[in-house]
Amino acid sequence: MKLGSVAREKTRSGFLAEVRRRSGTNPADCYQCGKCTAGCPLTFAGDLDPARVMRLVQLGQRDAVLQSRTIWLCASCETCTTRCPQEVDLASVMDALRIMAREAGLTQAAREVAIANAGLLGSVKSRGRVHEMMLVLQQNLRTLHLFRDAEKGPVLMLKGKMDPLGHKRGARDQVRRLFENVARMEAAERAASTTPRCACSDEGGEA
Amino acid sequence: MSYAYFPGCSQQGMAAEFDRSARSVCDRLGIALSEIPDWVCCGATPAHATSHLLSIALPALTLAKVKDADAVATVCAACYSRLRIASHELREDAELRARVKEAAGVECAGEVPVRHLLDILCNDLGVAAIRERVKRPLAGLKVACYYGCLLMRPPKVVAFDDPENPRVMDEVLAAAGAECVEWPYKTECCGASLSLARPDVVCKLANDILREARDAGAHVIAVACPLCHTNLDLRQADVARQYGVRYEMPVLFFTQLLGLALGVPEKGLGLNRLIVSPKPVLEKLAAA
Ligand code: SF4
Ligand code: SF4
Repeated sequence: MKLGSVAREKTRSGFLAEVRRRSGTNPADCYQCGKCTAGCPLTFAGDLDPARVMRLVQLGQRDAVLQSRTIWLCASCETCTTRCPQEVDLASVMDALRIMAREAGLTQAAREVAIANAGLLGSVKSRGRVHEMMLVLQQNLRTLHLFRDAEKGPVLMLKGKMDPLGHKRGARDQVRRLFENVARMEAAERAASTTPRCACSDEGGEA
Repeated sequence: MSYAYFPGCSQQGMAAEFDRSARSVCDRLGIALSEIPDWVCCGATPAHATSHLLSIALPALTLAKVKDADAVATVCAACYSRLRIASHELREDAELRARVKEAAGVECAGEVPVRHLLDILCNDLGVAAIRERVKRPLAGLKVACYYGCLLMRPPKVVAFDDPENPRVMDEVLAAAGAECVEWPYKTECCGASLSLARPDVVCKLANDILREARDAGAHVIAVACPLCHTNLDLRQADVARQYGVRYEMPVLFFTQLLGLALGVPEKGLGLNRLIVSPKPVLEKLAAA
């Protein structure tokens, strides 16, 4: 019994430590005043509010946090980060959580957002710059919302806002290499951080 | 002062009128912009939501191309935020600098300051110089200046105005003769990064912003971000469908309004590219 709960505690504080390391801010500093939640423009759409996310991170509730919709619906507006009296950078925490969720294959809670993110980065990787029209078409295909915003196409064409040939490209080779290097470096960094360590090196659990 | 100009992806597509009007305005005001050759996308929210290293390395690739300039000038609030955060972190963190060098193949220490055009107009040129060059003051035009979320946040990195009640755009447009209304939604987020994935969510936020601007008596909304612009201008039709309210509220880039006051001809401003036409409002004003 006792041993079991100690082991659980270790994984819980391990989650907090990982979020702290990846976000560069300390979620343990949050004292639950609720100011972040009060100012967050997206609370109406999510399943958790930002203060609740912070509390669950403190409690090591990995699954509840990584499977929530809220981390994907956060619009990165930085209102919470700007106002937190404890100087917790919540926007960075949300980024870290999305990255961890993606690594764990947990993007089901907000598939459309994950698809949109991947679509934009795909466009940047192949062209060096974003091609907006391609983004919309891809998004609709991949989410099977084939006719979403379809009525806007003609209006935008007419206004010259959607020009299939309009977008220039930028430094494509450099950008492609950059993406490949980032993927390689991060895979190596991940492999290094998940190598089994002796239990004593886990002591304290904080980075 | 010499400025290395970073237009940003939207400004060569959906928001080409932002780029065009910004160049026209700078031309009139004697601000020399030279475009950074072969610049690349800043990565926007998808990059920082996917990989921290990627979100710094992409802007670093562009920043490393800047030679002999006093500052990097941006117009898009989102690009500004990403470039500014990258150069801030590169200055502070030697280990990150080394990783970025390995990833991007370039050295970037984040030394050239990244500035937004509003900052340049207010603090380098000064509003008095703008006032002197105004040819057709926007007298009688009530403008709600919408800063959006990223222009002033986070204050540790941005800090050219008050993050809760910024004034720069109000001052620039007041110098152009407009009457800038006080309203509470100046820095509320429009949900831009969700525009593709969750238009329903974005419509709620856009509706709130449009309603507050209308209730404050604004004739038009001025913006400094192509994503805000799309959400507020293009999505008015969706807002009407979702909430049953037709605002018909013209949403202009602040550079378009300033350009009008400086006497830039129509084709240097791209007003005809806006979905909700500002012509009725402007014509009424001219007739008054
Ligand atoms: S504002 Fe800061 S301290 Fe208050 S609940 Fe949010 S994260 Fe915690
Ligand atoms: S950054 Fe995300 S969590 Fe914070 S206030 Fe904005 S939407 Fe809410």
